[in-house]
Amino acid sequence: MGEKPNQANPNSASAIAAAPAGSKSSDLLSRHFSIRSLKLKTKEQELLLRVTVLCLVYVLAFITRLFSVLRYESMIHEFDPYFNYRTTLFLTEKGFYEFWNWFDSESWYPLGRIIGGTLYPGLMVTAALIYWTLKVLRFAVHIREVCVLTAPFFASNTTLVAYFFGKEIWDSGAGLVAAALIAICPGYISRSVAGSYDNEGVAIFALLFTFYLFVKAVNTGSLAWSLASAFGYFYMVSAWGGYVFIINLIPLYVLVLLITGRYSMRLYVAYNCMYILGMLLAMQIRFVGFQHVQSGEHMAAMGVFFLLQVFYFLDWVKHQLNDTKLFQAFLRITVTSAVVVGTVALGVGTASGYISPWTGRFYSLLDPTYAKDHIPIIASVSEHQPTAWSSFMFDFQILLFLFPAGLYFCFKRLTDATIFIVMYGLTSMYFAGVMVRLILVATPAVCLISAIAVSATIKNLTQVLRAKPKIVHSGFSKGGSSAKTSSKGSLDQSQPFGKNGAIALLFGAFYLLSKYATHCTWVTSEAYSSPSIVLAARGAHGNRVIFDDYREAYFWLRQNTPPDAKVMSWWDYGYQITAMGNRTVIVDNNTWNNTHIATVGRAMSSYEDEAYEIMVSLDVGYVLVVFGGVTGYSSDDINKFLWMVRIGGGVFPVIKEPDYLVNGDYRVDKGAAPKMLNCLMYKLSYYRFGELTTEYGKPPGYDRARGVEIGNKDIKLEYLEEAFTTSNWIVRIYKVKPPKNRW
Amino acid sequence: MARSTGDDAITLFHSLRSAYTATPKNLKIIDLYVAFAVSTALIQVAYMAMVGSFPFNSFLSGVLSSVGTAVLAVCLRIQVNKENKEFKDLTPERAYADFILCNLVLHLVIMNFLG
Repeated sequence: MGEKPNQANPNSASAIAAAPAGSKSSDLLSRHFSIRSLKLKTKEQELLLRVTVLCLVYVLAFITRLFSVLRYESMIHEFDPYFNYRTTLFLTEKGFYEFWNWFDSESWYPLGRIIGGTLYPGLMVTAALIYWTLKVLRFAVHIREVCVLTAPFFASNTTLVAYFFGKEIWDSGAGLVAAALIAICPGYISRSVAGSYDNEGVAIFALLFTFYLFVKAVNTGSLAWSLASAFGYFYMVSAWGGYVFIINLIPLYVLVLLITGRYSMRLYVAYNCMYILGMLLAMQIRFVGFQHVQSGEHMAAMGVFFLLQVFYFLDWVKHQLNDTKLFQAFLRITVTSAVVVGTVALGVGTASGYISPWTGRFYSLLDPTYAKDHIPIIASVSEHQPTAWSSFMFDFQILLFLFPAGLYFCFKRLTDATIFIVMYGLTSMYFAGVMVRLILVATPAVCLISAIAVSATIKNLTQVLRAKPKIVHSGFSKGGSSAKTSSKGSLDQSQPFGKNGAIALLFGAFYLLSKYATHCTWVTSEAYSSPSIVLAARGAHGNRVIFDDYREAYFWLRQNTPPDAKVMSWWDYGYQITAMGNRTVIVDNNTWNNTHIATVGRAMSSYEDEAYEIMVSLDVGYVLVVFGGVTGYSSDDINKFLWMVRIGGGVFPVIKEPDYLVNGDYRVDKGAAPKMLNCLMYKLSYYRFGELTTEYGKPPGYDRARGVEIGNKDIKLEYLEEAFTTSNWIVRIYKVKPPKNRW
Repeated sequence: MARSTGDDAITLFHSLRSAYTATPKNLKIIDLYVAFAVSTALIQVAYMAMVGSFPFNSFLSGVLSSVGTAVLAVCLRIQVNKENKEFKDLTPERAYADFILCNLVLHLVIMNFLG
């Protein structure tokens, strides 16, 4: 009995290990050395398999994120990462003390920004630590390379954490599948490709790590694990504003456990230690400050903390008394007083304004229509829109239907850990439905729960296969989970299908999983690997054409303008201008001051003379606009213009949106509204465009992004002059003329 | 109604007292420490009510250090209590070491936060 599994396993072990390292094992085999001759026991073979699979998954998670580095170059993508890069550069050059107390006068002119107190330092400190470690080891890399590759590195680490988490919830087979699924899941890749140097790259690792440590603490009841989870929570708070999810999910989980009667002493130890130490550590981050005791979003944790004290105190008294009648009396007195005190405190706190209500960012998650009516800046970001089904399918594919299957398995075997993952999955899926960006937070839960479904199903199927002593190879299945199932001697009579059915289903499972892998790689390659700052298109002959206009413009700014020049542009480009152009900007992506942004929006939407007054009052030297009419680039300022009008109009009622529309339509051609045809944004975008022929067969002045011929071709600028237009007309820079002399 | 509640309260008090005297001595020491820590927290809150809460970080660190060490002591008591079946594999030395470690971290953070 013991002989056959040993003989079967080495074959599957060598089969699976041979596939990716084919040449190596054939070399070994040719030298008459095989795994079989190592005479490993089953446990050691399992360990070898697991370690091999984990190593492969680790490497896979890293390399699948490198598409853009291979296609373009190692550069930072998008907008926000440029700010993170600039701050990391500052940290490595000036040291931590300067970084922590940094006041930046190069953005939000003339207000400046207290960077030290308004950022989440986790990402920058992590990258700086990696950089300094490499320097100590005498690897002289540039900090930019470290920044570009931080996110893939942490994605690999996330797969490891997913393995341990899966092992904690279900078993090591589920852990392996979870690690493999999350390594390539597009929902996670979208924010963690190489070059996407943003908070989420590190934050998802911190999130999953904190959850794993907390579940481990609840399972073991050890103070050491709770301390570790408090540190995990501290890392999460330092990395991302989404830590609010943790500080609300964990109290909710504790509440659910209390209500369903599954509480135990371990829960008390785990939650209390984590809450107190986690809260104290979190308050060390200046940006978070005292929010843990003052903000409405964190009150749930405090409420559950006090509830736990009361609950366990009552439990202890009940245990001491051993007499129900007396206990009832005690219960009456205590509960009424506790509830009264609690409600009074909460009421006084909220009414007096001491406990601040939920901020708009998080309130719009509970009430999705809130942002559109009250906070246009939040509503204007495309990532904050509600999610369409196609996005779910695009980002998850087969995980979408494996998720309910996994929920079924979790409900079949309810433990503290599975209750947690079910709650995490359901709440994160709700929020993912409200906002596209939050698919990222749901991805680890979906991968873990789907992994449970995959692992449990394949385990059942292979048990059917291995039921008879004549063992059929089930080495096709992914993750090697079959090799870990011990061969059960008896066939479970309740299985509705025989061996052939099991083989067919295993083939089906393998087919689905391979389709998932293909889809993920395709999505990564096509959709999520574009740097956004460099655009690519196919030329007429199928060759690749690269538009590097953004960097061309920023470097023109850097080299051809006075060092103290101020640049006005829409807030999207602020971070990039400061990081690459090294010039002071008026507004940037931090969007902390709505009135300032509205001022810029008002300037862009006004006639040239009114705009000139605003620009002179802000000391603006140069204006930068992004224009896609020549290349057909659709994310340009004319397409964003209505948001400028809305945001400007939200603060200055003189800007009215209907003035720019014709019968509710937004047009730039001859039939456009007169205010639209003469506003500053229109003039700056289409200056000299009327003479340009963009497409064969179309009249001059044909806007390829909007697909119409523009209305006002004869544009004259009185207060600005054109300073620079990039080679494909994507970025246009204008110089503000000084005021005329008065005679 | 009030009389029966009053009577109830007295009998409650007596039975609690008699049940409590039966607890082992090491647990009573921990309970004394918890009572001390909580009373320290209450004194600090009363002081804050009198003189105002500036600087807030100092007030928070003071209160949270008292509450934190009280909570950690309660966790220690839970882990050391022989009646808790879940922790019978945990040696009291390990529980005490965890308690010391958590208190160390707590007080280091408090020192940073005191300002």
